[in-house]
Amino acid sequence: MLDGRGLIRRRAGARLWLSGLWLALFVLAAVLAPLISPQDPLAQDLMLERLPPAWMAGSEPGYWLGTDSLGRDVLTRIIYGAQVALAVALVAGLATCLIGSALGLVAGFYRGWADRIISRIVDIWMAFPPVLFAILLIAVLGTGLSSVILAIVIIDWTRFCRVVRAETLNQSKMDYVHSAKVAGFTRLRTLLSEILPNVLPTIVALLTLEMGIAIIVEAILSFVNLSISTDQSTWGGMIAEGRTSIHQAWWVLVFPLIALFFTVLSFAQFGEGLRERFDPVLR
Amino acid sequence: MLLLRLTLSRLLTTLITLVGVAVIVFVVIRVVPGNPIAMMLPPGASAADIDRLKALYGLDKSIAEQFLIWFGNVLHGDFGTSITTRQPVLSLVLDRLPATLELSIMALVIAVIIGVTLAILGTRLRGRKAEAGIDVANGIGLSVPDFLWGLALILLFGVIWPVFQISGRVSPRLELPFTSQFYLFESIVRLRFDLTADLLSHMFMPALALALPLAAIISQLLKQSLKETVNLDYSVLARTKGYSETRVILSEALPNSILPTLTLVGVQFTFLIGGTIIVERLFSYEGLGNMAIDAVINRDLPLIQGIVILFAILFTFVNLAVDMTYAFLNPKLRHA
Repeated sequence: MLDGRGLIRRRAGARLWLSGLWLALFVLAAVLAPLISPQDPLAQDLMLERLPPAWMAGSEPGYWLGTDSLGRDVLTRIIYGAQVALAVALVAGLATCLIGSALGLVAGFYRGWADRIISRIVDIWMAFPPVLFAILLIAVLGTGLSSVILAIVIIDWTRFCRVVRAETLNQSKMDYVHSAKVAGFTRLRTLLSEILPNVLPTIVALLTLEMGIAIIVEAILSFVNLSISTDQSTWGGMIAEGRTSIHQAWWVLVFPLIALFFTVLSFAQFGEGLRERFDPVLR
Repeated sequence: MLLLRLTLSRLLTTLITLVGVAVIVFVVIRVVPGNPIAMMLPPGASAADIDRLKALYGLDKSIAEQFLIWFGNVLHGDFGTSITTRQPVLSLVLDRLPATLELSIMALVIAVIIGVTLAILGTRLRGRKAEAGIDVANGIGLSVPDFLWGLALILLFGVIWPVFQISGRVSPRLELPFTSQFYLFESIVRLRFDLTADLLSHMFMPALALALPLAAIISQLLKQSLKETVNLDYSVLARTKGYSETRVILSEALPNSILPTLTLVGVQFTFLIGGTIIVERLFSYEGLGNMAIDAVINRDLPLIQGIVILFAILFTFVNLAVDMTYAFLNPKLRHA
């Protein structure tokens, strides 16, 4: 018989393994894209337009998941699309995390004016619908990978700031913070060497979640044709194309959607699994 | 007394937030590249024409001046004129608002029904495999956003098993006798259930896409607090009286677990409203969100401003209402 904690741990284990495996595949696909892709992602051939996947009648060898309306290979474009998704997840995720967490730590630990100003800005930010905010920023910044990343950072830092601020506030009331003060630690040292390590598990869980969210935001922007140039393969761009030809060629929509679905799900589950594994209360 | 002070201070911060939103939207929009004036004029317009049009839209003054004029007008309910349609922004926006409100409320209702049902089931079947199944479903529901649910639903119920409409708000061939934009509400009041059915068949898929993440949150939180209350004294007492387990959950535990879930639902409702923007796009549903994306693509600055402000008002007031409800229902604050 498993007791409650054993059950949680076993489920967290399966969760970590499954999501970790998918994420490893995702990173490998992105890094090795030029080596493993069966076709050229941009090669258009109208003779090969809307070929069905390999197991259906009318398919061509070498086009495993079929082709889109311009005759481009779907599998190849999914693999190249992983490059954009990975870049957005890493750069936007980390930058959002650093800025949001730093502001959250400052607001929660130093309180006073810094807290009041930061919290007021967070309130204003929360009053914007995020998708509209993102589209608006792209209209201002122009399209392109760096604009997309910048827009995500500008919008999503509040997610870290709010949670880290609340967690820092909680930690600041703990005995060990008082002990650090008695021991003559400076305020900054208390924050960095005493409080930060205790807030870190929360930050890591949020970071993996944010990486998934960043990929979704990029896909949404690609979907409304406001992300990266349409030549480049992106999952969102493929989905937008697939949405329009859904009755003629469902595979153009389905396969990038599956890639996006599992990647986003895995990022969220991986973070949750990590938190469960390293949470001292559950352990 | 405390409650009054709390209300006033929350009202004040809400106003500050809204003014902040107005300032930011105004500044961001003024940096948009692509001159909207140039797009409105025929080729070969003279410099004098351009200046005249700039003066007409007040674009010849400094940004601070422009802001004060615009903000003064907004306070009088004048949001300017849309550049693409040349109609007043306020009437355009208010025309689309009912479609988005109906969609959001429908999504909220679906989310509550699914969430509460799963929570009760999960509590009733606690410790069994079914509960683990509900937990996994909750985890997936939480991690996958409305945009992806929308696409998955289009595939499932629009293409593979086409039982629902996947595009638009109402079938274009239908004659609509409506005098307001609240189509669903009006179709019910007028007893035109044929129209109600058509509207629902269009609305169900986008509403479900918006509802699933929220349903997962409700289910998870409510189940957690139900599982705590079914072990409390009054539940144990009810059981010794011979109440069935289902009845203990429904009549003893549920009323005592609703409050924390209720406040969370309020906060999450604003996220749901924000989600309508892309979901409406996905299903070509003619609401505010769809109009917002078109406005950005067309660089229709006055319209963008109007829509963002309206969304901000909606968000802040839902939050305000949630906070106030919580304060009124919380005995510690009520009797202070």
